[in-house]
Amino acid sequence: MTPLLEVRGVSKRFGGLLAVSNVSFNLNRGEILGLIGPNGAGKTTLFNVVNGVYGQIEEGSISFDGHDITGISPHKVVHLGLARTHQIVQPLNDMSVLDNVTVGACFGREYLSLSAARAVARQVLEQVGMESRASLVARSLTIAGKKRLEVARALAANPKLLLLDEVLAGLNPTEIAQMIELVRSIRDRGVSVFMIEHLMQAVMNLSDRIVVLSFGQKLAEGPPEKVARDPLVIEAYLGDPNIAERLMEKN
Amino acid sequence: MIDGLLVGSVYGLAAMGLSLIWGVMNVINLTHGAMIALGMFGMYLLFSAISTNPYILLLPVIGAGLILGIVVYWVAIHWVIGRPMLMSLLSTFAVNMMIIGIGTAVWSTSPYNVNFNLAGITVGSYTFTGNHIAAATAAVIIALSLETFLQRTRLGKAIRAVSDNREAAELMGISSTVVLAVAFGIGIALAVASGALVSTLFPFTILSGAVYQLKSFVVTVLAGLGKPLGALVAGVLLGLLEGVVTPFIAASWIPLIEFTLFVVVLVAFPRGIFGKVAA
Amino acid sequence: MILRRPSFWLILIVSASFIYLPLRGQNVPLREDLILVAVAIILASNLNLMIGYTGYVNFGHIVFYGLGGYIGLYLTTVRGWNLVLAALTAGVAVSFLALLFGLGILRLRGAYFALATIGVLQAVQAFVMNFDPWGRSTGMYLSFTSYQPWGGATRALWIDYYLIIGIMALSLILSLGIKISKFGLGLFAIRENEDAAAVLGVNTTLFKAIIYSVSAFLPAVAGALMFFKNGMIDPFVAFEFMLSLEGIVMLMLGGQGSVTGAALGAGMYEWLRSFLLTSPKLSDFQLVIAGGLLLVVVLFAPGGLIGWVYRLVPRSRGVIE
Repeated sequence: MTPLLEVRGVSKRFGGLLAVSNVSFNLNRGEILGLIGPNGAGKTTLFNVVNGVYGQIEEGSISFDGHDITGISPHKVVHLGLARTHQIVQPLNDMSVLDNVTVGACFGREYLSLSAARAVARQVLEQVGMESRASLVARSLTIAGKKRLEVARALAANPKLLLLDEVLAGLNPTEIAQMIELVRSIRDRGVSVFMIEHLMQAVMNLSDRIVVLSFGQKLAEGPPEKVARDPLVIEAYLGDPNIAERLMEKN
Repeated sequence: MIDGLLVGSVYGLAAMGLSLIWGVMNVINLTHGAMIALGMFGMYLLFSAISTNPYILLLPVIGAGLILGIVVYWVAIHWVIGRPMLMSLLSTFAVNMMIIGIGTAVWSTSPYNVNFNLAGITVGSYTFTGNHIAAATAAVIIALSLETFLQRTRLGKAIRAVSDNREAAELMGISSTVVLAVAFGIGIALAVASGALVSTLFPFTILSGAVYQLKSFVVTVLAGLGKPLGALVAGVLLGLLEGVVTPFIAASWIPLIEFTLFVVVLVAFPRGIFGKVAA
Repeated sequence: MILRRPSFWLILIVSASFIYLPLRGQNVPLREDLILVAVAIILASNLNLMIGYTGYVNFGHIVFYGLGGYIGLYLTTVRGWNLVLAALTAGVAVSFLALLFGLGILRLRGAYFALATIGVLQAVQAFVMNFDPWGRSTGMYLSFTSYQPWGGATRALWIDYYLIIGIMALSLILSLGIKISKFGLGLFAIRENEDAAAVLGVNTTLFKAIIYSVSAFLPAVAGALMFFKNGMIDPFVAFEFMLSLEGIVMLMLGGQGSVTGAALGAGMYEWLRSFLLTSPKLSDFQLVIAGGLLLVVVLFAPGGLIGWVYRLVPRSRGVIE
């Protein structure tokens, strides 16, 4: 099986700063791939590159589901089946929760009609447990609600791959547990997941494999146990060599 | 041509007011034109009352402008600062309408004049109008004073800090409201000053401000934001362009050239030809 | 389906009354009043597509109207075209120009876009002032012979009036249709957060270009019809910046983003204006009052009249569009 996402030698420069430097990795169908690294490592930048937000990039190529998506516009990549959420939530504030998700459904992988999209939106809201809040204005949601809305919106596009950018940040422990469940259920329905996370416990337990970035470069790629014991990763990010044991213990 | 340079420095002064406000608080001040007109009439009134050198009268006029600016800030700007830009566009425009409305009622649309003529300087076969030279000099002095104020004084630095990053500035203990009010006041004072200077150069009506407002937009866009001195230079360039082009092309083509240039620069150089982008 | 919306039938009823009321007793003064309201509604509702739906503030909207007027008058007077054909051609031509300009200026955001639209308006006016075939600063006059195909001036003006009311109905129906469509949803998403909309799959560049071009069509047609009625056109009356701004004030008054709001705002503003003009004391203060009103709306009721109604009766959001 060809990987769903293939990133080859990708670099992105901002003026004098090389935010992402010669990064290559694969994401396989049906897997949850974690992306970790210290702040400023270039994780969100990498997402933005994959997503097409920056347009053309300096070097490298990205292939999604067999299509070359290097430098493609963001709206086109959604039609190919790649959806994302943002680190800082971007709700369509003055629109209702239902309308927000309907937008996702309308302009997603299938170009649905308005009524069909609304039906899909309701289904997705049920799937994420927000159907009771469908008519609320997005602006009025709590941060957890907004994060969940962001995920629902992306799901409504019927993606093959979902990019989650720090979807657990700002949530309390209960909300975190709920969100982790949601991510698992998403994968169980056949959507691959690529997630940026700082919450080590969550990412170690959720991910099938992990990519580690630091200062724009890839330090390691592999299953959580292997990555957590990698000396480079420990030095750059984890700090404690025994952390791996402690993290892998808990479930 | 030199004339164009001189008049251009007044354009630049006007534009500085617009650019400062835009750069500091991301507000496009649509009262700009009305304030320029008020400057013209302010000078006229003072000059009619006290017939001294108008360049001295400039000082109280600027002072009045500063106070007026702070008042307008409180009325129209303060409440809409966080909101979408359309709101401040409309609130300043509303104030503009009110000022022009009152002004028209008081002064009608008849032309007025400030009759003061400085002797010119003759070099070779060219005579440089005294008024133009004085206006340009005044403009440059005011511009340099502003730059010094921004760079050297505490309040000036506070203004620059707020312009860069309002939240950070507030965390540092700078009262952004006071700073914004003062910055707005200065912006208005600059507009008023340029109007006052223009009144010594050309006849004017209550509606004349609009023409200079449009020129200020062109200049501000050319210069980019946040660099008042850049606005001055761009203003001079515009004046130069006008001066050079006028003998060759019918005057009626000039607005077309200016506005086309304006749109092209907006689209092609979002940062202006020199400056940086505002928030 | 649009036929199920009460707003649709309301539009038809209102348009019918606009036609019927002056027709009783051939009431020309009433017709003249109503035609101004109709034009205001046309301008406001098409402007609403850009400002209220897409969130792009067009300060130079009146340029479509003025250009439509010029093209229409030129084709009928100089080229002897039929009015309807000339008006439609004006609409298509101006829409096409809007598309071209739009490709350039729609890359800009927020205030930069707004300024660019002012620039375009002023540039077009400046151009027309130098354009010989269109009479430069003097403008053009309609010769009375142009009214002949319609059976004389009186009859022509009545027919012209019906056409304008038709355009008004079309503008409102168009606004409604777009608002309840998928295209409209995309536009509103752009208005809320353009970058997020793009990431959600909305082709923002295309949508913006389309709506800008569409928002030009009916005002241009209306311009052609109105200036035909007026019998003359010049660069000052065609491209009056104040008219552009009045459109924005109308939207703010009535409630931007709402079809009813645009129409109500236009109606209210026209009523206010005619009241101010006829009152001897207040006509000097027309500008001051309008400005004061705008300021009050912006500071205290930015949602306009309809926004206030929505807050009062939250259920009305689904019914009043």
